[in-house]
Amino acid sequence: MATRAITSLTIEEARQVAFDAAMEARISELLARYPTQRAALLPVLWLCQDRFGWISPGVIAAVAERLGESPAYIQGVVTFYTMFATQPPAKYVLQACETLSCAVCGGTELIEHIERRLGIKPGEKTADGVFQLVGVQCLGACGGAPVVQINDDYYEKVDPTSLDALLDELAGRA
Amino acid sequence: MESVLLRARGVADSRSLDTYLAAGGYEGLKKALGMSADAVTKEVLDSELRGRGGAGFPTGRKWTFVPKDHPGPRYLICNADESEPGTFKDRELIEHDPHMVLEGIAIASYAIRAYIYIRGEFVRWAQLLEEAIAEARKRGCLGRDVMGSGYDVDIWVHRGAGAYICGEETALIESIEGKRGFPRLKPPFPAVVGVFGKPTVVNNVETLACVPHILTRGARWFASIGRPRNTGPKLFCVSGHVAAPGVVELPLGVTFREIIYEHCGGILGGRKLKAFFPGGSSAPIMTASEVDVRADFDACAEAGTMLGSGGVIVLDETVDMVEAAANLAHFYAHESCGQCTPCREGSDWCKDILDRMVAGHARAGDPETLLRICRFASGGMTICPLGDAFALPISSMVKKFHEDFERRIAASTPLPQKKLPVMPWAGPRPGFGE
Repeated sequence: MATRAITSLTIEEARQVAFDAAMEARISELLARYPTQRAALLPVLWLCQDRFGWISPGVIAAVAERLGESPAYIQGVVTFYTMFATQPPAKYVLQACETLSCAVCGGTELIEHIERRLGIKPGEKTADGVFQLVGVQCLGACGGAPVVQINDDYYEKVDPTSLDALLDELAGRA
Repeated sequence: MESVLLRARGVADSRSLDTYLAAGGYEGLKKALGMSADAVTKEVLDSELRGRGGAGFPTGRKWTFVPKDHPGPRYLICNADESEPGTFKDRELIEHDPHMVLEGIAIASYAIRAYIYIRGEFVRWAQLLEEAIAEARKRGCLGRDVMGSGYDVDIWVHRGAGAYICGEETALIESIEGKRGFPRLKPPFPAVVGVFGKPTVVNNVETLACVPHILTRGARWFASIGRPRNTGPKLFCVSGHVAAPGVVELPLGVTFREIIYEHCGGILGGRKLKAFFPGGSSAPIMTASEVDVRADFDACAEAGTMLGSGGVIVLDETVDMVEAAANLAHFYAHESCGQCTPCREGSDWCKDILDRMVAGHARAGDPETLLRICRFASGGMTICPLGDAFALPISSMVKKFHEDFERRIAASTPLPQKKLPVMPWAGPRPGFGE
């Protein structure tokens, strides 16, 4: 399984964004799925996050313009959901599950191991911008506890050894 | 019991349409298309299928609530938000047999538009569904003029973005409409005023996966599995301290003892069972002495808990209930949408108290305070059931494992005395002369 690295705009680059023709086409396609423009908001935000790496104020302004909403409305929706990044993310975001089934199956120790290994606390990025650790609530894969999601991929029954090997591999690619 | 919902597990290339068709796939839809909508609903009613998402409401009855003469569009939403801690069955169905889910949606919705709301974290599984939909569309099992019937079935995948509350059906509807996931007051129920203001049925993935089987093999066959009023196969998600965690398919009404000891290898490391959640972390906890309760909707209700989503979280003798309760309090405090005070504040207060107890500073009245907070957050004090969802398990843990809480109080050290902060308005005010 090859976990794809996130490429994201810098804060400078993300101040003002524009949708290219391909994105415009995709947005039109999404709009056709719903009877209201507003309903396309989550899919359009996902499209933007895939493309730009995160939802910057500039992205919010562009989405607001395109969907005919106010930037404040978009901001309200973006911040309600935990998965929209409002800061540039690292190349690999480790979402480690903290909830009960994982916690009793070594999840707590795994998070401590990640903290020690990367020298960061949950919510922080490594100085080189390669890894970021986020403690998250139940990922819905409790049978494979402890679970870590890295970008789009789930890794189940992870232990410190297998995680170290994985991080080595990802760091080598970064 | 033969595998029904999990029959594709271990089958090569199980996701492909060809494999599904070879196993008799889309026969149920074909049959449904030759029947009236009322007859399809009647078949599902007769099967006594009850919703697998958590509430256990009879599916056929839910369908009948949609006004028949409603002009304009109606919607079906397949709930794949699957966020209840301890629940991981829908992902399994999507991974191994996405067409079973799509066929269920098509039967339930034929001639109306359907969305699948899938949790944001399930990126790969959303892709699997998109691929399966594209494949079924290309071969005429979905899309325009399905199987030459003149009906169109459109299914769109809509990804959430990280919010437990969006598994609640009205919050899910708000989320599809492009809003924050704030649950709506009911009534009106979604069947009358749902997504985009139109009649809407919201069914769980597993519920819909049962529908093709009911159509092809008949309501009577389905009702013969399990027990009266608790019919059909059920997916149980077993996690925590068991030797072989995972999803198992068993008839409703087996005992939790069978599930844990016969189908999941018993307790990890040969240790002793202490407690288990029968249906996700929002169900009141059960003690080891309740392990012979039957895993069905009615038996669980009789035992003072609920079958919920069928997420069985097993905890062995090494678990301290104060720590487990603190863990769950973190979950609910994080996931409360914040609309209703009893839930928003109550879950947060529980978290603070339990964290303090875990840190070694328990106070004599803490268990009673927790119970009081829980009482004020449950029993219809909030717009949606999230108030109950944190209050019932936490109060059940306090009541059933009182000794764990008492032990914390006995071993407690007082909180270090902090100097009171200087009130900002008590000191000199910069900018006001002087």
